[in-house]
Amino acid sequence: MSTIATLQIGEVGYISEESLDLIPLKLLEMGCLPGAEIKLVQIAPLKDPLYICVNGSHLAIRKETAIQIKILKSE
Amino acid sequence: MAQNSIKVALIGNPNTGKTSLFNQLTGLNQKVGNYPGVTVDKKQGISKLSASHQATIIDLPGTYSINPTSLDESIVLKTLLNKDIEASPDVILVVADIENLKRNLLLFSQIKDLEIPTVLAINMVDQMSKKGISIDLSLLAKELNTEVVLISARKNEGIQEVKEALIRCHIAAKASPLCGINSKIDPDYFESLKQISANYSLYELWLMVTQNNFPDTITSEEKEKLIAFQKDISKLKKYQHKETIYRYQEINKILKKTYLVDKSKATDLRSKLDKVFTHKIFGYLIFVVLLLLIFQSIFDWASIPMDFIDATFAQLADTLKNTLSPGVFTDLLAEGIIPGIGGVIIFIPQIAILFLFIAVLEETGYMSRVVFLMDKIMRRFGMNGKSVIPLISGTACAIPAIMATRTIGSWKERLITILVTPFTTCSARLPVYAILIALVIPDKKIIGFLNLQGLVLLLLYALGFASAVIAAYLLHKTLNIKSKSFFVVEMPDYKLPSLKNVFFEVVEKTKAFVLGAGKIILALSIVLWFLASNGGNDFKNAEKQVTENTVNQNLNEEELGQKIASAKLENSYIGILGKTIEPVIRPLGYDWKIGIALITSFAAREVFVGTLATIYSVAADDDDTSTIKQRMASEINPRTGDKMFTLPVGMSLLIFYAFAMQCMATLAIVKKETRSWKWPLIQLFSMGLLAYVASFITFEILS
Repeated sequence: MSTIATLQIGEVGYISEESLDLIPLKLLEMGCLPGAEIKLVQIAPLKDPLYICVNGSHLAIRKETAIQIKILKSE
Repeated sequence: MAQNSIKVALIGNPNTGKTSLFNQLTGLNQKVGNYPGVTVDKKQGISKLSASHQATIIDLPGTYSINPTSLDESIVLKTLLNKDIEASPDVILVVADIENLKRNLLLFSQIKDLEIPTVLAINMVDQMSKKGISIDLSLLAKELNTEVVLISARKNEGIQEVKEALIRCHIAAKASPLCGINSKIDPDYFESLKQISANYSLYELWLMVTQNNFPDTITSEEKEKLIAFQKDISKLKKYQHKETIYRYQEINKILKKTYLVDKSKATDLRSKLDKVFTHKIFGYLIFVVLLLLIFQSIFDWASIPMDFIDATFAQLADTLKNTLSPGVFTDLLAEGIIPGIGGVIIFIPQIAILFLFIAVLEETGYMSRVVFLMDKIMRRFGMNGKSVIPLISGTACAIPAIMATRTIGSWKERLITILVTPFTTCSARLPVYAILIALVIPDKKIIGFLNLQGLVLLLLYALGFASAVIAAYLLHKTLNIKSKSFFVVEMPDYKLPSLKNVFFEVVEKTKAFVLGAGKIILALSIVLWFLASNGGNDFKNAEKQVTENTVNQNLNEEELGQKIASAKLENSYIGILGKTIEPVIRPLGYDWKIGIALITSFAAREVFVGTLATIYSVAADDDDTSTIKQRMASEINPRTGDKMFTLPVGMSLLIFYAFAMQCMATLAIVKKETRSWKWPLIQLFSMGLLAYVASFITFEILS
């Protein structure tokens, strides 16, 4: 199963509906919604945090959060 | 004017130009106060809206949502829920960034549901054509059921329109919710919640339940009923998630009709700069170079105004002493108050320069990249990428540094940052280091070019950072605090810093230091002056005794005066105190005179130098360090007959100052920020113990 943490830099995916309860409220509020397109922009030099772009928001989140959020990849 | 005075709360996401708008609206009419009941600084200012109206604008901390995850954000909720406190607003002004309108409207939709009259100012519209954005303003205003104004705060465009909208909105006083949360999620549940109180909107009641934040104005009966709703936590959580999704659905519907982005026009500056600033080598390299530049400026550039301030205050004290008629009041003024004020003012250049850098780095968006780079490293030590800013600030002064930890959401990470920040070498340690190094470290070059004295100073700085990091690691492993640690940082667009914002930021931080630390430093200076200039019978007889004892020594007036001053100090209250603690500090190599200097350092560490100057009876107005140095160098240890300031004693003192928590003002701010005496006391005793043991070992090894 793919999560935000398994994306390659520059790769795009869609946040899976089933992750809803696992997404922290704060991230939801910042635009990280089920169904939203999400792009992995950068990974910090020490592999953590991850720099993502979702719904126009550019955010850095920790890997521990990223592995919780499942995504579907666009084929 | 009273009937036409409007209270406006300014709210917005971080990085939306909220501060720019606040500065444009209020100009220099700003002041920082405290929120009632909480100890966080409140920024407010007066804005003249029209000939007949003026507004008090309260600048609330930037937040993405009303649901708080950090101390800063909880202020927003507290201010908005409480109907009684003076900060309770008549109108809310929400600032949004045109580029991130969707996310910004989430906060707006929450605010709107509080049913308080609201104006929406959409900022950075000067970027619209560049970013390919077009907007249907009148339709948007209709859909959002609110006044919407397009502005460009940096270019001072649209500010007049904001003022007019605020007046209109205040007069109309209409407020209706945007997203009725009840109907879409669980109508019965929310209906029974609504029935609890008629004085609050449904959304306000919902926030009280979910955030466990009850205003003082609510009755105990109502509160009990609300608490009953808190039982099913998983349900609350689920409904909050649903609520957020529902809000976004509504916002998407509205934006689809009113907001268009032509993506082909997007520029790629962000990703190009990100590639450099977050690069695995260049990213860290740039950060290190910036740090070196900051330190260079604090040491080098700041020394010019600092020397000037030092000399001016010494001269002022001298002049007062010579012109005013002698007496207790003159002494208090010339020896207590004036040097006390001077001791505060002298730190301003370093603090202002440091915060100039930090404000510029934050304004440009670079600081978020530093947080991104450093988070993993800092986390190993129980801190947070955001802890980097306090630790850097600590090299000027721990007080603003500790206040800068408020943005850290996790309580454990924030607490650790607060506790270890005083280890970083603050500017008050510098004069102490400087004179001790000059005294005991030979001025010679090693390995050809390295100056040994400079190297020792550098090592002391490294020691400061290293001990902060090690202490953080130990706290991380031992502190058993459960705190929901969730980390998210927005990576804003890069932009040029606004000079106006930087200027206001520097002024605000400097003021916070002067008013916060300044009061304590000044008060302690006066207390210490009193203790040093009063004493028992021996003190009163000191002058007579010295004159009698030295009658055959043919001393000139100046030498006699110095002997008398020295004898008086020895028999003053503070001298007695120094002698009392002498047995305790003797193992470290110190005598009672150094003991006095250790005690007076609690006002501010750099007082050490001035105290020793007085003890070694250098005339107080002679501020030339070389003479203090010479006196200290020629001081004889009565027990050994050798020089007092030997290498072991000097190094032991340097280590003591590196570790000891000797600053009352910092302890006071830690108490304020952690809301208990527990943490500052732990800091005081554990750092004191560490200093004692480390100095003892240093002294023993070297002697």
